[in-house]
Amino acid sequence: MNKLKVLTNGIIKENPTFVLLLGMCPTLGTTSSAINGMGMGLATAFVLACSNMAISALKNLIPDKVRIPGYIVVIATFCTVVQMSMEAFVPALYASLGLFIPLIVVNCIVLGRAEAFAAKNGIISSSLDGLGMGLGFTLALTLLGAIRELLGTGKLFGLSVMPEEYGSLIFVLAPGAFIALGFLIAIVNKLRKA
Amino acid sequence: MEYLLIFITAVFVNNIVLAQFLGICPFLGVSKKVETAAGMGAAVAFVLTISTIVTFLVQKYVLDAFGLGFMQTITFILIIAALVQMVEIILKKVSPALYQALGVFLPLITTNCCVLGVAILVIQKEYNLVETVVFAFSTAIGFALALIIFAGIREQLAMTRVPEGMKGTPIALITAGLLAMAFMGFSGIV
Repeated sequence: MNKLKVLTNGIIKENPTFVLLLGMCPTLGTTSSAINGMGMGLATAFVLACSNMAISALKNLIPDKVRIPGYIVVIATFCTVVQMSMEAFVPALYASLGLFIPLIVVNCIVLGRAEAFAAKNGIISSSLDGLGMGLGFTLALTLLGAIRELLGTGKLFGLSVMPEEYGSLIFVLAPGAFIALGFLIAIVNKLRKA
Repeated sequence: MEYLLIFITAVFVNNIVLAQFLGICPFLGVSKKVETAAGMGAAVAFVLTISTIVTFLVQKYVLDAFGLGFMQTITFILIIAALVQMVEIILKKVSPALYQALGVFLPLITTNCCVLGVAILVIQKEYNLVETVVFAFSTAIGFALALIIFAGIREQLAMTRVPEGMKGTPIALITAGLLAMAFMGFSGIV
């Protein structure tokens, strides 16, 4: 299979957030600003790429009957690695993402790709697939975070774009997350049909 | 009084779905009919309460006692997965009627992030055992409440005319946004 195609598949054609609609909890919960969205996306991308690689390498050793618990242990291990590294190197980001870092374990994208792709393909394709899916997820989260930050506070990546009075705080709060994502998915649907 | 406060906060003010964004997948996935929503709500209430008690005890008497805090994520997810399986097997034997009602929803709960989320939250908030039980149960009630209200709205929504591109998930998300806005009205009461 064409390696480049495997990588770009997750970024555009099968974007996990906008097309497959997986992993909605972190998508809504961590995108109060563009930086937070990007941080969460990259953390998930790391777990995805590493767990896909490990599961692809171990796929012949894991008995078929206990494969789901086996996958979960692998994913949870990488999740703990990310959690501890982030706590040590980027404590501010870790504090603002909070609970959602350990919750990468139950993100349906990670287990979904392990089951649907890594369990059937080679090590290199699997890592590329994980990386592509992770980057697609990062892209979606950064975009949503940027829109919410701009509409909510008039800033973009912490830099002032328009006066703060023009922003409406509701977009940074919970309802804005649902509404902004709803409109984004509607726009993506429209573009895909055109 | 203190327990009542935990209950009201968890159900209305800090609703697990609409304010903390946990458990969005079942919230969007099984909210097309009120009956299925109620079934899912009941299954989550059952598993969430039991699993939170078990993970709390494991954290206190195994992980903390032996200095294994870094194993938290792995241990909790395995406990939850095992518990869901066990609940399924026991229910099948003890109460076939309840098993019939909850059956399809039980395996889905392992990947419901509000179960793992609550297990970690009670450790972060440093609750004692009674507070943990109250918090877990009220969170589950909050989840069921949000799910049932949302299912009711979606039953009506299915009969209305929606612009082509907004059909399905987009309009559901925007509705959820309006519901979240309504729940924000509770934020003053505690």
